[in-house]
Amino acid sequence: MQDMLIILFSAILVNNFVLVKFLGICPFLGVSKKLDSAVGMSFAVIFVMVLATAVTYPIHMGLLVPLQIGYLQTIIFILVIAALVQLVEIALKKYVPALHQSLGVYLPLITTNCAVLGVTILNIDESYTYIQSLVNSFGAGVGFLLAMVLFSGIRQRIENNNFPAAFKGIPSVLIAASIVSLAFMGFSGVIDGLFGL
Amino acid sequence: MDKLSLLKNGIIKENPVLILLLGTCPTLAVTTSAVNGLGMGVSTMAVLIGSNIVIALLKNIIPDKVRIPSFIVVIAGFVTIVGMLLQGYAPEINESLGLFIPLIVVNCIILGRAEMFASKNKVADAAFDGIGMGLGFTFALFLMGSIRELIGSGAWMGINLTADLIDPMSVFMLAPGAFFTYGCLVALINYLTEGKAIKKKEFGCEGCATAANCQQIGKGGCA
Repeated sequence: MQDMLIILFSAILVNNFVLVKFLGICPFLGVSKKLDSAVGMSFAVIFVMVLATAVTYPIHMGLLVPLQIGYLQTIIFILVIAALVQLVEIALKKYVPALHQSLGVYLPLITTNCAVLGVTILNIDESYTYIQSLVNSFGAGVGFLLAMVLFSGIRQRIENNNFPAAFKGIPSVLIAASIVSLAFMGFSGVIDGLFGL
Repeated sequence: MDKLSLLKNGIIKENPVLILLLGTCPTLAVTTSAVNGLGMGVSTMAVLIGSNIVIALLKNIIPDKVRIPSFIVVIAGFVTIVGMLLQGYAPEINESLGLFIPLIVVNCIILGRAEMFASKNKVADAAFDGIGMGLGFTFALFLMGSIRELIGSGAWMGINLTADLIDPMSVFMLAPGAFFTYGCLVALINYLTEGKAIKKKEFGCEGCATAANCQQIGKGGCA
Protein backbone atom coordinates (compact mmCIF):
# COMPACT_ATOMS: atom_id res chain seq x y z
CA MET A 1 0.00 0.00 0.00
CA GLN A 2 2.73 2.40 0.99
CA ASP A 3 4.65 1.96 -2.25
CA MET A 4 1.47 2.76 -4.18
CA LEU A 5 1.06 6.00 -2.22
CA ILE A 6 4.70 6.85 -2.83
CA ILE A 7 4.26 6.35 -6.59
CA LEU A 8 1.04 8.37 -6.56
CA PHE A 9 2.43 11.36 -4.66
CA SER A 10 5.73 11.34 -6.54
CA ALA A 11 3.83 11.47 -9.81
CA ILE A 12 1.59 14.32 -8.63
CA LEU A 13 4.06 16.56 -6.79
CA VAL A 14 7.73 15.66 -7.15
CA ASN A 15 7.86 14.47 -10.74
CA ASN A 16 5.00 16.66 -11.94
CA PHE A 17 4.55 15.81 -15.58
CA VAL A 18 4.17 19.37 -16.81
CA LEU A 19 6.38 21.44 -14.57
CA VAL A 20 9.24 19.05 -13.88
CA LYS A 21 9.24 16.54 -16.75
CA PHE A 22 8.07 18.91 -19.51
CA LEU A 23 5.47 16.58 -20.95
CA GLY A 24 2.24 18.05 -22.27
CA ILE A 25 3.48 21.62 -22.51
CA CYS A 26 1.32 22.45 -25.55
CA PRO A 27 -2.03 22.01 -23.78
CA PHE A 28 -0.52 23.53 -20.63
CA LEU A 29 0.17 26.77 -22.49
CA GLY A 30 -2.65 26.57 -25.02
CA VAL A 31 -5.70 25.52 -23.02
CA SER A 32 -4.97 27.17 -19.65
CA LYS A 33 -6.60 30.50 -20.41
CA LYS A 34 -9.92 29.61 -18.81
CA LEU A 35 -10.45 27.52 -15.71
CA ASP A 36 -13.32 25.40 -17.02
CA SER A 37 -11.54 24.41 -20.22
CA ALA A 38 -8.37 23.68 -18.22
CA VAL A 39 -10.33 21.36 -15.93
CA GLY A 40 -12.14 19.69 -18.85
CA MET A 41 -8.90 19.05 -20.68
CA SER A 42 -7.25 17.68 -17.55
CA PHE A 43 -10.03 15.20 -16.84
CA ALA A 44 -9.85 14.00 -20.42
CA VAL A 45 -6.08 13.58 -19.99
CA ILE A 46 -6.45 11.61 -16.73
CA PHE A 47 -9.03 9.36 -18.38
CA VAL A 48 -6.99 8.71 -21.52
CA MET A 49 -3.73 8.22 -19.58
CA VAL A 50 -5.17 5.50 -17.35
CA LEU A 51 -6.99 3.85 -20.24
CA ALA A 52 -3.92 3.95 -22.50
CA THR A 53 -1.77 2.39 -19.78
CA ALA A 54 -4.40 -0.27 -19.09
CA VAL A 55 -4.25 -1.29 -22.75
CA THR A 56 -0.59 -0.75 -23.73
CA TYR A 57 0.95 -2.47 -20.71
CA PRO A 58 -0.59 -5.91 -21.46
CA ILE A 59 0.26 -5.46 -25.14
CA HIS A 60 3.91 -4.81 -24.28
CA MET A 61 4.22 -7.63 -21.74
CA GLY A 62 2.06 -10.18 -23.55
CA LEU A 63 2.91 -9.49 -27.16
CA LEU A 64 6.04 -7.42 -27.75
CA VAL A 65 8.24 -9.08 -25.11
CA PRO A 66 7.48 -12.77 -25.93
CA LEU A 67 7.82 -12.09 -29.66
CA GLN A 68 11.02 -10.11 -29.05
CA ILE A 69 9.82 -7.15 -31.08
CA GLY A 70 10.28 -4.55 -28.35
CA TYR A 71 11.72 -2.16 -30.92
CA LEU A 72 8.23 -1.76 -32.39
CA GLN A 73 7.09 -0.21 -29.08
CA THR A 74 6.84 3.36 -30.38
CA ILE A 75 4.82 2.46 -33.48
CA ILE A 76 2.46 0.09 -31.68
CA PHE A 77 1.87 2.38 -28.72
CA ILE A 78 1.05 5.50 -30.73
CA LEU A 79 -1.30 3.53 -32.99
CA VAL A 80 -3.06 1.93 -30.04
CA ILE A 81 -3.46 5.33 -28.34
CA ALA A 82 -4.77 6.96 -31.51
CA ALA A 83 -7.27 4.16 -32.10
CA LEU A 84 -8.29 4.19 -28.45
CA VAL A 85 -8.99 7.91 -28.42
CA GLN A 86 -11.12 7.60 -31.55
CA LEU A 87 -13.00 4.67 -30.02
CA VAL A 88 -13.61 6.52 -26.76
CA GLU A 89 -14.91 9.52 -28.66
CA ILE A 90 -17.35 7.44 -30.68
CA ALA A 91 -18.50 5.55 -27.58
CA LEU A 92 -18.98 8.73 -25.57
CA LYS A 93 -20.91 10.38 -28.38
CA LYS A 94 -23.32 7.46 -28.58
CA TYR A 95 -23.78 6.44 -24.96
CA VAL A 96 -22.87 9.40 -22.74
CA PRO A 97 -23.60 12.52 -24.79
CA ALA A 98 -23.42 14.78 -21.72
CA LEU A 99 -19.83 13.73 -21.03
CA HIS A 100 -19.03 14.03 -24.71
CA GLN A 101 -20.23 17.62 -24.62
CA SER A 102 -17.76 18.54 -21.89
CA LEU A 103 -14.76 16.30 -22.71
CA GLY A 104 -15.28 15.51 -26.38
CA VAL A 105 -13.67 18.61 -27.81
CA TYR A 106 -10.39 17.83 -26.05
CA LEU A 107 -10.14 14.18 -27.05
CA PRO A 108 -8.70 14.61 -30.59
CA LEU A 109 -6.10 16.97 -29.17
CA ILE A 110 -4.95 14.30 -26.76
CA THR A 111 -3.86 11.79 -29.42
CA THR A 112 -0.75 13.78 -30.15
CA ASN A 113 -0.19 14.84 -26.55
CA CYS A 114 3.26 13.72 -25.54
CA ALA A 115 2.19 13.25 -21.92
CA VAL A 116 0.02 10.25 -22.84
CA LEU A 117 2.60 8.44 -24.95
CA GLY A 118 5.22 9.50 -22.41
CA VAL A 119 3.47 7.93 -19.43
CA THR A 120 2.92 4.60 -21.20
CA ILE A 121 6.59 4.36 -22.19
CA LEU A 122 7.79 5.51 -18.75
CA ASN A 123 5.74 2.79 -17.04
CA ILE A 124 7.57 0.17 -19.10
CA ASP A 125 10.98 1.81 -18.61
CA GLU A 126 10.53 2.00 -14.83
CA SER A 127 9.52 -1.70 -14.84
CA TYR A 128 6.41 -1.07 -12.75
CA THR A 129 3.87 -3.83 -12.18
CA TYR A 130 0.46 -3.51 -13.82
CA ILE A 131 -1.18 -1.98 -10.74
CA GLN A 132 1.78 0.35 -10.12
CA SER A 133 1.58 1.50 -13.75
CA LEU A 134 -2.09 2.34 -13.41
CA VAL A 135 -1.44 4.25 -10.18
CA ASN A 136 1.46 6.11 -11.78
CA SER A 137 -0.68 7.07 -14.79
CA PHE A 138 -3.48 8.28 -12.57
CA GLY A 139 -1.00 10.31 -10.51
CA ALA A 140 0.54 11.80 -13.63
CA GLY A 141 -2.91 12.86 -14.80
CA VAL A 142 -3.79 14.38 -11.42
CA GLY A 143 -0.47 16.22 -11.48
CA PHE A 144 -1.42 17.59 -14.89
CA LEU A 145 -4.79 18.71 -13.46
CA LEU A 146 -3.06 20.40 -10.52
CA ALA A 147 -0.65 22.27 -12.74
CA MET A 148 -3.41 23.31 -15.15
CA VAL A 149 -5.75 24.59 -12.41
CA LEU A 150 -2.99 26.48 -10.61
CA PHE A 151 -1.74 27.97 -13.80
CA SER A 152 -5.09 29.01 -15.23
CA GLY A 153 -5.70 30.93 -12.00
CA ILE A 154 -2.37 32.71 -12.39
CA ARG A 155 -2.99 33.44 -16.06
CA GLN A 156 -6.31 35.11 -15.34
CA ARG A 157 -4.52 37.36 -12.86
CA ILE A 158 -1.70 38.37 -15.18
CA GLU A 159 -3.81 38.64 -18.33
CA ASN A 160 -4.22 42.40 -18.21
CA ASN A 161 -1.11 43.34 -16.31
CA ASN A 162 1.08 46.04 -17.69
CA PHE A 163 4.13 44.18 -18.99
CA PRO A 164 6.86 45.70 -21.15
CA ALA A 165 5.63 45.43 -24.73
CA ALA A 166 8.04 42.66 -25.69
CA PHE A 167 6.91 40.47 -22.80
CA LYS A 168 3.19 40.72 -23.54
CA GLY A 169 1.47 37.45 -24.37
CA ILE A 170 3.44 34.23 -24.46
CA PRO A 171 6.73 35.44 -22.90
CA SER A 172 4.91 36.59 -19.76
CA VAL A 173 3.12 33.24 -19.59
CA LEU A 174 6.43 31.38 -19.86
CA ILE A 175 8.01 33.48 -17.11
CA ALA A 176 4.97 32.80 -14.90
CA ALA A 177 5.35 29.08 -15.65
CA SER A 178 8.98 29.36 -14.61
CA ILE A 179 7.97 30.73 -11.21
CA VAL A 180 5.29 28.05 -10.70
CA SER A 181 7.86 25.42 -11.61
CA LEU A 182 10.25 26.96 -9.07
CA ALA A 183 7.53 26.52 -6.45
CA PHE A 184 7.16 22.85 -7.41
CA MET A 185 10.88 22.30 -6.82
CA GLY A 186 10.09 22.84 -3.17
CA PHE A 187 8.26 19.49 -3.18
CA SER A 188 11.44 17.57 -3.94
CA GLY A 189 11.92 16.24 -0.41
CA VAL A 190 8.28 15.93 0.52
CA ILE A 191 7.95 12.19 -0.17
CA ASP A 192 10.77 11.28 2.20
CA GLY A 193 9.24 13.43 4.90
CA LEU A 194 5.69 12.20 4.30
CA PHE A 195 6.48 8.51 4.53
CA GLY A 196 9.41 8.73 6.95
CA LEU A 197 11.92 7.23 4.54
CA MET B 1 8.45 27.36 -54.94
CA ASP B 2 12.13 28.15 -55.10
CA LYS B 3 14.31 26.06 -52.83
CA LEU B 4 16.23 28.84 -51.12
CA SER B 5 13.10 30.59 -49.92
CA LEU B 6 11.83 27.26 -48.57
CA LEU B 7 14.99 26.94 -46.51
CA LYS B 8 14.85 30.54 -45.33
CA ASN B 9 11.18 30.14 -44.45
CA GLY B 10 11.95 27.27 -42.09
CA ILE B 11 15.01 28.79 -40.49
CA ILE B 12 13.92 32.40 -40.06
CA LYS B 13 10.47 33.47 -41.17
CA GLU B 14 8.58 30.52 -39.71
CA ASN B 15 11.10 29.17 -37.25
CA PRO B 16 9.12 26.35 -35.61
CA VAL B 17 10.31 27.04 -32.07
CA LEU B 18 10.88 30.78 -31.90
CA ILE B 19 8.11 32.04 -34.19
CA LEU B 20 5.47 29.30 -34.48
CA LEU B 21 6.00 28.17 -30.87
CA LEU B 22 5.72 24.48 -31.76
CA GLY B 23 7.54 21.51 -30.30
CA THR B 24 7.78 23.15 -26.91
CA CYS B 25 8.22 19.94 -24.92
CA PRO B 26 11.62 18.89 -26.32
CA THR B 27 12.67 22.55 -26.52
CA LEU B 28 12.29 22.90 -22.78
CA ALA B 29 13.26 19.42 -21.69
CA VAL B 30 16.46 18.46 -23.46
CA THR B 31 18.23 21.81 -23.76
CA THR B 32 20.31 21.42 -20.60
CA SER B 33 23.44 21.58 -22.72
CA ALA B 34 24.36 22.71 -26.23
CA VAL B 35 25.29 19.16 -27.26
CA ASN B 36 21.94 17.76 -26.15
CA GLY B 37 20.10 20.49 -28.01
CA LEU B 38 22.11 19.75 -31.13
CA GLY B 39 21.51 16.00 -30.80
CA MET B 40 17.76 16.45 -30.40
CA GLY B 41 17.65 18.94 -33.27
CA VAL B 42 19.51 16.67 -35.68
CA SER B 43 17.44 13.60 -34.70
CA THR B 44 14.20 15.51 -35.25
CA MET B 45 15.50 16.91 -38.54
CA ALA B 46 16.31 13.40 -39.79
CA VAL B 47 12.79 12.21 -38.97
CA LEU B 48 11.26 15.34 -40.49
CA ILE B 49 13.10 15.05 -43.80
CA GLY B 50 12.39 11.32 -44.07
CA SER B 51 8.70 11.60 -43.24
CA ASN B 52 8.23 14.66 -45.48
CA ILE B 53 9.71 12.80 -48.46
CA VAL B 54 7.75 9.59 -47.91
CA ILE B 55 4.47 11.42 -47.30
CA ALA B 56 4.95 13.57 -50.39
CA LEU B 57 5.58 10.36 -52.36
CA LEU B 58 2.49 8.65 -50.97
CA LYS B 59 0.17 11.66 -51.04
CA ASN B 60 -1.95 10.29 -53.91
CA ILE B 61 -2.16 6.78 -52.48
CA ILE B 62 -3.19 7.53 -48.90
CA PRO B 63 -7.00 7.89 -48.64
CA ASP B 64 -8.01 11.23 -47.16
CA LYS B 65 -9.96 9.73 -44.26
CA VAL B 66 -7.10 7.74 -42.76
CA ARG B 67 -4.36 10.20 -43.55
CA ILE B 68 -3.53 11.23 -39.97
CA PRO B 69 -3.01 7.62 -38.75
CA SER B 70 -1.02 6.87 -41.92
CA PHE B 71 1.21 9.90 -41.33
CA ILE B 72 1.73 8.80 -37.74
CA VAL B 73 2.83 5.32 -38.85
CA VAL B 74 5.34 6.78 -41.33
CA ILE B 75 6.69 9.15 -38.70
CA ALA B 76 6.87 6.42 -36.04
CA GLY B 77 8.81 4.24 -38.46
CA PHE B 78 11.44 6.93 -38.97
CA VAL B 79 11.59 7.62 -35.24
CA THR B 80 12.31 3.95 -34.60
CA ILE B 81 15.11 4.00 -37.19
CA VAL B 82 16.65 7.15 -35.69
CA GLY B 83 16.36 5.67 -32.20
CA MET B 84 18.22 2.54 -33.30
CA LEU B 85 20.95 4.56 -35.03
CA LEU B 86 21.44 6.68 -31.89
CA GLN B 87 21.58 3.58 -29.72
CA GLY B 88 24.26 2.13 -31.97
CA TYR B 89 26.43 5.11 -32.81
CA ALA B 90 25.77 7.81 -30.19
CA PRO B 91 24.88 5.96 -26.96
CA GLU B 92 25.68 8.99 -24.73
CA ILE B 93 23.31 11.27 -26.61
CA ASN B 94 20.71 8.51 -26.59
CA GLU B 95 21.14 8.18 -22.84
CA SER B 96 20.71 11.89 -22.11
CA LEU B 97 17.78 12.41 -24.47
CA GLY B 98 16.09 9.27 -23.13
CA LEU B 99 12.31 9.36 -23.32
CA PHE B 100 12.29 12.27 -25.72
CA ILE B 101 13.57 10.15 -28.63
CA PRO B 102 10.38 8.03 -28.91
CA LEU B 103 8.39 11.18 -28.20
CA ILE B 104 9.59 12.71 -31.49
CA VAL B 105 6.54 10.85 -32.88
CA VAL B 106 4.19 13.31 -31.20
CA ASN B 107 6.27 16.39 -31.94
CA CYS B 108 3.68 18.72 -33.46
CA ILE B 109 6.21 20.17 -35.93
CA ILE B 110 6.52 16.87 -37.79
CA LEU B 111 2.84 15.98 -38.02
CA GLY B 112 2.10 19.64 -38.70
CA ARG B 113 4.47 19.78 -41.69
CA ALA B 114 3.13 16.46 -42.98
CA GLU B 115 -0.42 17.78 -42.88
CA MET B 116 0.27 21.37 -43.97
CA PHE B 117 3.05 20.95 -46.50
CA ALA B 118 4.25 17.48 -47.49
CA SER B 119 0.80 16.13 -48.34
CA LYS B 120 0.18 19.01 -50.73
CA ASN B 121 3.54 19.60 -52.43
CA LYS B 122 6.13 17.98 -54.67
CA VAL B 123 8.71 15.59 -53.25
CA ALA B 124 11.69 17.92 -53.75
CA ASP B 125 9.86 20.86 -52.16
CA ALA B 126 8.82 18.69 -49.22
CA ALA B 127 12.43 17.58 -48.73
CA PHE B 128 13.67 21.17 -48.70
CA ASP B 129 10.88 22.18 -46.35
CA GLY B 130 12.01 19.38 -44.04
CA ILE B 131 15.61 20.56 -44.20
CA GLY B 132 14.64 24.19 -43.55
CA MET B 133 12.28 23.43 -40.67
CA GLY B 134 14.77 20.93 -39.26
CA LEU B 135 17.61 23.46 -39.39
CA GLY B 136 15.38 26.08 -37.75
CA PHE B 137 14.48 23.64 -34.98
CA THR B 138 18.13 22.59 -34.51
CA PHE B 139 19.28 26.20 -34.42
CA ALA B 140 16.71 27.16 -31.79
CA LEU B 141 17.53 24.16 -29.59
CA PHE B 142 21.25 24.75 -29.94
CA LEU B 143 20.75 28.39 -28.94
CA MET B 144 18.63 27.46 -25.92
CA GLY B 145 21.12 24.76 -24.92
CA SER B 146 24.08 27.13 -25.26
CA ILE B 147 22.47 29.82 -23.12
CA ARG B 148 21.39 27.40 -20.42
CA GLU B 149 24.71 25.56 -20.34
CA LEU B 150 26.71 28.78 -20.21
CA ILE B 151 24.71 30.35 -17.40
CA GLY B 152 23.91 27.11 -15.60
CA SER B 153 27.31 25.48 -15.55
CA GLY B 154 29.73 28.05 -16.93
CA ALA B 155 30.65 25.82 -19.86
CA TRP B 156 29.82 25.59 -23.55
CA MET B 157 29.94 22.35 -25.52
CA GLY B 158 31.63 20.87 -22.46
CA ILE B 159 34.45 23.47 -22.51
CA ASN B 160 34.73 25.49 -19.33
CA LEU B 161 34.59 29.15 -20.36
CA THR B 162 34.35 31.02 -17.09
CA ALA B 163 37.36 29.23 -15.51
CA ASP B 164 35.31 28.87 -12.28
CA LEU B 165 35.63 32.61 -11.63
CA ILE B 166 31.85 33.03 -11.63
CA ASP B 167 29.55 30.80 -9.62
CA PRO B 168 27.21 29.20 -12.15
CA MET B 169 23.47 29.62 -11.55
CA SER B 170 22.50 25.98 -11.55
CA VAL B 171 18.78 26.81 -11.58
CA PHE B 172 19.17 27.42 -15.31
CA MET B 173 19.86 23.71 -15.77
CA LEU B 174 16.61 22.86 -13.99
CA ALA B 175 12.98 23.18 -15.02
CA PRO B 176 12.40 26.85 -14.03
CA GLY B 177 15.45 27.95 -16.01
CA ALA B 178 14.06 26.28 -19.13
CA PHE B 179 10.79 28.22 -18.98
CA PHE B 180 12.63 31.44 -18.14
CA THR B 181 15.15 31.14 -20.99
CA TYR B 182 12.44 30.31 -23.51
CA GLY B 183 10.30 33.20 -22.29
CA CYS B 184 13.20 35.64 -22.65
CA LEU B 185 14.06 34.34 -26.12
CA VAL B 186 10.48 34.79 -27.33
CA ALA B 187 10.43 38.25 -25.77
CA LEU B 188 13.66 39.05 -27.63
CA ILE B 189 12.07 37.98 -30.93
CA ASN B 190 9.06 40.14 -30.06
CA TYR B 191 11.36 43.08 -29.37
CA LEU B 192 13.40 42.67 -32.55
CA THR B 193 10.35 42.32 -34.79
CA GLU B 194 8.27 44.81 -32.80
CA GLY B 195 5.73 42.12 -32.04
CA LYS B 196 4.89 41.44 -35.66
CA ALA B 197 6.33 37.94 -35.95
CA ILE B 198 4.53 36.13 -33.19
CA LYS B 199 1.47 38.25 -32.53
CA LYS B 200 -1.07 36.41 -34.65
CA LYS B 201 0.47 32.97 -34.37
CA GLU B 202 0.09 32.39 -30.66
CA PHE B 203 -0.80 28.72 -30.64
CA GLY B 204 -3.05 29.29 -33.63
CA CYS B 205 -4.79 26.45 -35.41
CA GLU B 206 -2.51 26.75 -38.43
CA GLY B 207 0.33 25.19 -36.51
CA CYS B 208 -1.74 22.52 -34.81
CA ALA B 209 -1.51 19.03 -36.26
CA THR B 210 -4.91 17.97 -35.01
CA ALA B 211 -6.66 21.03 -36.40
CA ALA B 212 -8.29 18.92 -39.13
CA ASN B 213 -10.47 17.01 -36.70
CA CYS B 214 -10.77 19.67 -34.02
CA GLN B 215 -14.18 21.14 -33.33
CA GLN B 216 -12.74 24.29 -31.82
CA ILE B 217 -11.47 25.52 -35.15
CA GLY B 218 -14.62 27.48 -35.93
CA LYS B 219 -14.50 29.07 -32.50
CA GLY B 220 -11.13 30.69 -33.05
CA GLY B 221 -8.76 28.08 -31.72
CA CYS B 222 -8.10 26.27 -28.48
CA ALA B 223 -10.67 27.42 -25.90
